[in-house]
Amino acid sequence: MTVKNPEVSTVRRQPMSNTKLLMLIAIGIFVFMYAAAMIFLGKRFLTVQEIFNLLNNNAYLIILGCSLTIVMIGGGIDISVGGVVCLTAMSVAKFLQFSGIEGPAGVALSILLALAIGLFFGIEQGFLVSYLGIQPFIVTLAGMFLSRGVTTMVSSENIPIKHEAFQAMKKITLQIPGVLKLELGAAIALLILLGMYLLLRHHKLGRSIYALGGNQQSALMLGINVKRSRFLSYVISSVLAAIAGYVFIMHASSGKTSIGLRSEMDAIASAIIGGTLLTGGVGNVFGTFFGVMILTTIQEIMAASKVQESYWQEIASGAILALFILLQSVVLAQRGKKVQLQGRLKAKKE
Amino acid sequence: MENRVVRAKDLMNVSQDPQNNVVLSMRGISKTFPGTKALNNVNFTLRKGEIHALMGENGAGKSTLIKVLTGVYPKDSGQIFVDGIEGEASIHSPQEAQNLGISTVYQEINLCPNLTVAENMFIGRSKGARVQWKSNEKRANEILSNLGIPAQADQELSHCSLAVQQMVAIARAVDMQCKVLILDEPTSSLDDKEVQMLFGLMRDLRDRGVGIIFVTHFLEQVYEVSDRITVLRNGELVGEYLISDLPQVELVARMMGKDLNDLADLEEIGQKKTASEAVVYEAENLSSSDSRPFNFMIREGEINGFTGLLGSGRSESVRAIFGADRVTGGTVKVKGKAVSITKPHEAMKAGIGYLPEDRKRDGIISDLSVRENIILALQVMKGFFHPMSRKETEQFADEYIKALKIKTASQETPVGSLSGGNQQKVILARWLLTHPDYLILDEPTRGIDVGTKLEIQKLVLKLAAEENMSITFISSEIEEMLRTCSRLIVMRDRNIVGELTGDELNQSSVMKTIAGGGQ
Repeated sequence: MTVKNPEVSTVRRQPMSNTKLLMLIAIGIFVFMYAAAMIFLGKRFLTVQEIFNLLNNNAYLIILGCSLTIVMIGGGIDISVGGVVCLTAMSVAKFLQFSGIEGPAGVALSILLALAIGLFFGIEQGFLVSYLGIQPFIVTLAGMFLSRGVTTMVSSENIPIKHEAFQAMKKITLQIPGVLKLELGAAIALLILLGMYLLLRHHKLGRSIYALGGNQQSALMLGINVKRSRFLSYVISSVLAAIAGYVFIMHASSGKTSIGLRSEMDAIASAIIGGTLLTGGVGNVFGTFFGVMILTTIQEIMAASKVQESYWQEIASGAILALFILLQSVVLAQRGKKVQLQGRLKAKKE
Repeated sequence: MENRVVRAKDLMNVSQDPQNNVVLSMRGISKTFPGTKALNNVNFTLRKGEIHALMGENGAGKSTLIKVLTGVYPKDSGQIFVDGIEGEASIHSPQEAQNLGISTVYQEINLCPNLTVAENMFIGRSKGARVQWKSNEKRANEILSNLGIPAQADQELSHCSLAVQQMVAIARAVDMQCKVLILDEPTSSLDDKEVQMLFGLMRDLRDRGVGIIFVTHFLEQVYEVSDRITVLRNGELVGEYLISDLPQVELVARMMGKDLNDLADLEEIGQKKTASEAVVYEAENLSSSDSRPFNFMIREGEINGFTGLLGSGRSESVRAIFGADRVTGGTVKVKGKAVSITKPHEAMKAGIGYLPEDRKRDGIISDLSVRENIILALQVMKGFFHPMSRKETEQFADEYIKALKIKTASQETPVGSLSGGNQQKVILARWLLTHPDYLILDEPTRGIDVGTKLEIQKLVLKLAAEENMSITFISSEIEEMLRTCSRLIVMRDRNIVGELTGDELNQSSVMKTIAGGGQ
């Protein structure tokens, strides 16, 4: 043995992974924003319930964020989720209102219906993207049109749900009486968040998705079933979108064709703010969670500061997103300089 | 020398002799691609605990042989025997090769940079659904320290240097109980220190009984670390040699082949012309992201050449002259005037043309027509706000299609449908149309038929003689260079190691200079 490196035995501090670093930046920004809101806008931001309200009102967006995070880590994109949310919500509303099946049975069947819609879109899109190798953007764009179209076919009218068992389920909340109130939907969203974290961090499938997002060719050579992993990432994404649709209808309890409009964009923005890279391989659902919180806090701040014009909200969200992406690329460029340079040299050689 | 060549018959005997510890034996491997015989009845034998260099110039068939061995390409005929396997081994995919203990570490490292070192070593191999972070990392750290690899299990791979990444890939292979380790150009992106680290690991593995196939184009490295060399040329086995039996200069001779291309003699092509004294281009300490600093100049009407083995830096040097790679330093004078050339269009403005080595990637735009491809460079020089009339371009295209005898159905035929030689002529026409003072031709004759090769050689001589053009001509075939160039710049391992003129322009002195210290 001619090469011995003394550093091997001594414990060195590892540089943080990109995933973690970007997530910490997101958390930092959220804390900063929220603190600023507390100081300047006072009252309502000082209560803990305000945070819970953010969760209650945006539970479906948290789930959609998880959807996008998992496909984006795999190097893909799914813009059909907003349409799937809407289709699920509308179908569930119509089913509960017009099927005539009362009681828990009706609710159970409506849940199955939602899952079936998610599975259908997931399998269809996953198959096209993964096994036929079609661009995910195009496949899910088609999915978006398809789901929106079918929604209108299901009903173009608003459908308020008066199903008793459903209403009863909707009222289930976790609460410390008089202080805090967490709706069932928000609780589901948090559970999904945890589940997705475990899947991505500790399950073989999750790591395979990271691997294929990092370098598909390598993933293949490392013995990973790339096609299956990618397929499953799209199935999970659509099923989560369907669950998000169900959670949405539990919160709103009325089916509309406008549900979830643009929500796929909000979900993509949340994932990116949370440190998921569009190029794949890097990201984390907790980061996405904070991405959602940042976006929704902006809305709350706008509302609290009595800004009437909704365009300010969008301008602020847009500016923050742009700023964030700039920050990300600067940070990644700084720390990645050496590696990138080597990568470039390598590519040249080929 | 002939007696040192181990012929196929002897190899057969070797493979049947258990005393020799043969771990891998490939017999009579042939592989044909449309148009080329990539491998013709090639034998290769690897023994336990040896580092075996596989050498050959471009197109010699080394990568095809490796790909046949790893199951990427199916072989047309021949047999593969692997130690411990009864009878013939059947290998149809890299996965199957791996299961037989044949692991490959490619130049472009096949690991995921966004995962940790430990994950890269174990991913895709575990049975259970749950990732065993703790035990994986513990085991990874054991292997890493056992092999002396300076990395930590929980480190993200992208934070490791390329050398360490490569070593991690090797560690993964070793942990998978590989008997045969193929290292395909592992050193080409490493610096000297990293190369030493890698060699240390290679020697260590050799001592543990792993058979290592080392594919590289760095001669010095071969002699530093290998025990044995197998040389291929044009898809055929030249021979297998012990490293001590084959001096460097003979290795070069074997790789290049001494058989004279006697299809044309010098008289037929024309006479080399003595160049005038006026210097057209001069570079001092020019360096780019991919080349080391070098000095270079060329006179009016002179034809010179860069020679050296593949990867010696000959292409990188001319790319630096043209500004095709990021120029990092040096001063450049064109016709005595200092100019800055950092981008191709600046070079074009200065009257320099460049015909790239890889015409598919850097040269032709295959969906555009012959005419459009021909006028491209001229159009760029004129600027896109000064479009040429259709008639004008048709005239130009017509003129050059005739002058260079480009075989095409019409001007409007997409270039992609032409043969390689004709594509090359189209690119040549493109540059001639701009009337450059200095034209760089990087491997203009590669992969084209002999007739067209001669035509291009003649044209080069004619351009220099009649139009006073200065030309740098690069070719893998020394014969071709000797026929056209009046001055040869020899490169080895990315440095200029000699300049040959006049009487020194003969095969043996060129090879000696390329091989360097080995004699």
